[in-house]
Amino acid sequence: MTAAVARNDQALSQQDALYDYCLRLGDNALILGQRVAEWTSNAPTVELDIALGNQALDLFGQARMLLDYAGRVEGKGRSEDDIAFLRDVLDFRNVLLVEQPNGDFGQTVVRQFLYATFASALYEGLSQSKDEELSGIAQKAVKEMAYHARHNGEWVVRLGDGTEESHARVQAGLDALWPYVHEVFEADEIDLAMAEAGIGVDPASLKDAWLAEVTAVIERATLTLPETDWHPDGGKRGHHSEHLGFILADLQFLQRTYPGAQW
Amino acid sequence: MAEAAHRSQDEDAVWRALEEVKDPEIPVLSVLNLGVVRAVEFSDDDLEVTITPTYSGCPAMDMIEAEIKESLARAGYPDASVKTVLSPPWTTDWIDEDGRAKLLEFGIAPPQKATANKRALFSAPPEVACPQCGSENTEMVSEFGSTACKALYKCGDCLEPFDYFKCL
Repeated sequence: MTAAVARNDQALSQQDALYDYCLRLGDNALILGQRVAEWTSNAPTVELDIALGNQALDLFGQARMLLDYAGRVEGKGRSEDDIAFLRDVLDFRNVLLVEQPNGDFGQTVVRQFLYATFASALYEGLSQSKDEELSGIAQKAVKEMAYHARHNGEWVVRLGDGTEESHARVQAGLDALWPYVHEVFEADEIDLAMAEAGIGVDPASLKDAWLAEVTAVIERATLTLPETDWHPDGGKRGHHSEHLGFILADLQFLQRTYPGAQW
Repeated sequence: MAEAAHRSQDEDAVWRALEEVKDPEIPVLSVLNLGVVRAVEFSDDDLEVTITPTYSGCPAMDMIEAEIKESLARAGYPDASVKTVLSPPWTTDWIDEDGRAKLLEFGIAPPQKATANKRALFSAPPEVACPQCGSENTEMVSEFGSTACKALYKCGDCLEPFDYFKCL
């Protein structure tokens, strides 16, 4: 009897961990996509406008697959739309980095470069996941995020090694975002449980390679790696900066105002 | 024997119905050219068609699914279901030869055959021949184009801009 109950608890906790894990991945993609989409019609050139719009589209596509899967893992009948549009700030599980304001174009390409470099390594690892669904999603997403990492990496170099003005702006963007990088690689009990089960990847295991890749680009861009002891975190547990509420106000307006609206 | 012939006739009708479904953004390509149809399965009276998405965020996929259902309904299968699978992931190598020829004729340079996309920073973009005049004197204008699956190029000889179907 006791053994049966214990097994049951364990099964439940594995399911809960997978749900949270998918939610984190999906929320990172959704919130970053929404941030990038804010550039639509505002980018410096029409080609960059299209590039940013397309990157947002890739991220939304990843978010849809991940949140749809989260809903199925949860087993309460929630769709990807229910999860995206009908949760409030405290229920979101994205890292703080992806909800940071766009700043200028320089700051945005820095954020996209830092995140995409991480995400392409993460999805590469998840391609080997024992969870077939996650592995399938990752095998698609890894190619898209590698493309983003290169595109944005080139812009970091172009602007960093550009004019005095562009250099100063990209450096300021890097300085502003660097404290938020720490959280991306923090592993908690959910990450570790998923990694141990062969389903997820321990983000801490990706940090050294990531830092080497990022440092090479930052040096090529003649920028300086910031040093900071301030490491805000909490996004993965639902403790967000004030920015997320404003993002959701835009993202969720339609479904909040006209519940169930379709087109 | 008779049943087998009957079944295969049904299957032919289903493939013909699928051939009629075009990519809404590249209307010369059928879903069969594109390589997104993975399986057609009959079980008892049910028909299930399995498809796989191209790009994660491709907005055409929802429409493709709806159009497959419509076309199958017209062919006499109003209750056919469409299932999406992610693995193995679609690559541009799955576009068939007929599809590649149609792309070129439509003015879109077909994707190159290799699927590796991990180029180093600032390495030369793929060399793509102009679909209008065939010249190889072309340059990439933007890594992102009019849809998620395309990059924008320009021909140095006929001076026409053109889309290149990104290799994925």
